[in-house]
Amino acid sequence: MQVTLKIFRYNPETDKKPHYETYRVEAEPTDRVLDLLEKVKGQQDGTLTFRRSCAHGVCGSDAMRINGMNRLACKVLIQDLGTDHITVEPLLGLPTVKDLVVDMEPFFEHYRSVKPFFINNDPPPQKERLQSPEERERFDDTTKCILCAACTTSCPSFWLDDQYVGPAAIVNAHRFIFDSRDQGAEERLKILADQFGVFRCHTIFNCTLACPREIQITKAIGEVRKAIATGRLD
Amino acid sequence: MKTHQYDVVVVGAGGAGLMAALYASQRAKTAVISKLYPTRSHTGAAQGGIGAALGNMEEDHPEWHTYDTVKGSDYLGDQDAIEFMCHQAPEIVYELEHMGLPFSRTPEGLIAQRPFGGHTNNETGKPVRRACYAADRTGHMILQTLYQQGIKHGLTFFDEFQVLDLIMVNGKAAGVVALEIATGEIHIFHAKAVIFATGGWGRLWEITSNAFTLTGDGAAIVLRRGLPLQDMEFYQFHPTGIYKLGILITEGVRGEGGVLINDKGERFMDRYAPTVKDLASRDVVSRAIYIEIREGRGINGQRYVYLDVRPETVNKYAALDGRTRPDGSPYVVTAEELLAKLPDIIDFCRTYLGIDPVTEPIPVQPTAHYAMGGIPTNIKGEVLADENGTVVPGLYAAGETACVSVHGANRLGTNSLLDIVVFGKQAGIHAAEYAAGADFEPLPGDAADFARAQLDALLQSKGQERIADIAAAMKRVMMDHVGVFRTEEGMREALQTIRELKERFKHIRLDDRGKTFNTELLSAWELGNLLDLAEVTTVSALARQESRGAHSREDFPKRDDQNWLKHTLAWKPADGEVTLRYKPVVITKYQPKERVY
Repeated sequence: MQVTLKIFRYNPETDKKPHYETYRVEAEPTDRVLDLLEKVKGQQDGTLTFRRSCAHGVCGSDAMRINGMNRLACKVLIQDLGTDHITVEPLLGLPTVKDLVVDMEPFFEHYRSVKPFFINNDPPPQKERLQSPEERERFDDTTKCILCAACTTSCPSFWLDDQYVGPAAIVNAHRFIFDSRDQGAEERLKILADQFGVFRCHTIFNCTLACPREIQITKAIGEVRKAIATGRLD
Repeated sequence: MKTHQYDVVVVGAGGAGLMAALYASQRAKTAVISKLYPTRSHTGAAQGGIGAALGNMEEDHPEWHTYDTVKGSDYLGDQDAIEFMCHQAPEIVYELEHMGLPFSRTPEGLIAQRPFGGHTNNETGKPVRRACYAADRTGHMILQTLYQQGIKHGLTFFDEFQVLDLIMVNGKAAGVVALEIATGEIHIFHAKAVIFATGGWGRLWEITSNAFTLTGDGAAIVLRRGLPLQDMEFYQFHPTGIYKLGILITEGVRGEGGVLINDKGERFMDRYAPTVKDLASRDVVSRAIYIEIREGRGINGQRYVYLDVRPETVNKYAALDGRTRPDGSPYVVTAEELLAKLPDIIDFCRTYLGIDPVTEPIPVQPTAHYAMGGIPTNIKGEVLADENGTVVPGLYAAGETACVSVHGANRLGTNSLLDIVVFGKQAGIHAAEYAAGADFEPLPGDAADFARAQLDALLQSKGQERIADIAAAMKRVMMDHVGVFRTEEGMREALQTIRELKERFKHIRLDDRGKTFNTELLSAWELGNLLDLAEVTTVSALARQESRGAHSREDFPKRDDQNWLKHTLAWKPADGEVTLRYKPVVITKYQPKERVY
């Protein structure tokens, strides 16, 4: 089948402002959007610029807007879009570096701000720390995050004020706050109770819809809010 | 041009690079440079588990793990290194757990373990549960955990910096040259010690489980700097990649009871590995699938077989095999249990194939997966310059790009994640120790010239060749002739093609000649690396006139210990012929014998 790709283009070295370019490519219905971007770059226009690596939805490099939705280009098949006209644009809310590449640094800065690492100051045992399957299950969903930024850059609260830490940072705080082995919940909850923390979430659910890992992000944010409100982690 | 100075520079931020950096930074000023954001590294794609004889589910011993790895390597692995790795394994898995890694758990709260190919109870020969796992996302959890620790300990990262060259002064490593991808600016990282942890080169082949970015950059750079690469002919094809796409379906699927089925509905591994069947070593299973396909028993005559993990199939064969749970009761699974243990696999199948593996079988074919060979090192991670074990001062390598050699001619599943953390740690410790006693070598004035010349040649090339066409031709010929089965005739044809492609590569045309985020330029440079590695791989494979592990010669179908129980070392001078020399395998306890599963 023939697919028409309308792609956001911006090269800071030559362009005063962004524009769109249209490419026609031959595609199989089972092709990924990433396959089409590769075809354009390989056969039609080598200047087209995007990030990609694993090509099967686990590395998080190729988050972008595809027909208006934040998706991983490697996880969307043409047949799933229900149209042969595909518009591809960079994530919103982060500065565009070139074409579909955005500056990820502000995103990672928010991530780092919530202490996204294991905190336990007791001397470790000889072998593993024990954790029941139920305790492990408690935070399973938020361990899946691949830091692709699809959630944070779909969030209207983040678009409005990029000082908001955003859903991805909260997801990664949640992963530790509800880990029975971790002792840093209190300091993380304090960070997230701040004016740029969880209370910026207006439960719009864009993040949950955008997540390519199907993490129940709004639910996780709700659990963190509840923990702040009640002072309890249940 | 910017110049930085660090005691230790780590190139690559997957499991090996991060582990190296965490240890090096404990006593040396350390920087990590990576062409990707660290969490994009391919460690994150590893699924099934990390091998360690914890014995959480049943009796197990590091020595059994050692023997299984030696046997899995088809006796080409160095036994001192294998013994070291397998005996370090339990301690390093506990160390990861102490860093917060969220392993799946047993009802008692211990780290959960599952069976994997080639891992056995050495007394009964039956599969043993040795792979410590976190659902089917073990690599993701390792990568995330190590990156989290990097943040915790304030590691210095240069993200999206592409390494281009290794600086050598007076025979010692003195730093690296890198390109800042966002700006196109060249940076020099002046260092006392350099650790390459740049990963593999699965992008040499058409069907691969590997990320686009796995282009063997570190190995190609070292080769260009006059150092050898070891055992390049040994490249692993994982038996179960998704048909056509190559996306990995973990061996854990077979560990949980999945079986391979041909067009006649036969569980054909019975015939190839009567004891462990579907859990034979990867080289054995990949060859079996190729033979089934070649003999017309691919599904509907096509180039794939089924991996069947439907509960009714799993339970049927588990009963036939007499498989039991740790408590002795019969092994029975439900769809819900499979969903909980293999969530990502099920998601991949739904996304890319539109099928649900608990109700339909998965079409699979072997997929290029893992380089057993690479930059030769010793157990400390020190890079070796020749067959006498001469150390290159200040230069270290770890992970898939290195060849210690613990995998020999064929790697066992779960041993790559173990390799990266064990030897990443060793490289980090020893690089920092070396840096503490060394001075900075004076930087030559022309340190960046060789790197810059390579990029300029690509940017200024005025031909009409497209890099995508050259890459496609290379991948096809490697798949056809330097894949699971090999012959002299086929490999001679491949070598001829690769040399023609290298000529064509001199006449490429780039559309993008800008500075900002020029990924076309980087892809071209990466293709140059792949072409060099394709040539070295093929020449090494042509010379080895035997079949061992993943190197399977139809014209020399037997292993030949008399003549070939030795490691290959390959050198490639610029625009010169590949030269080969050999060094002996380290054998301590286990004398080579016939390999039967």
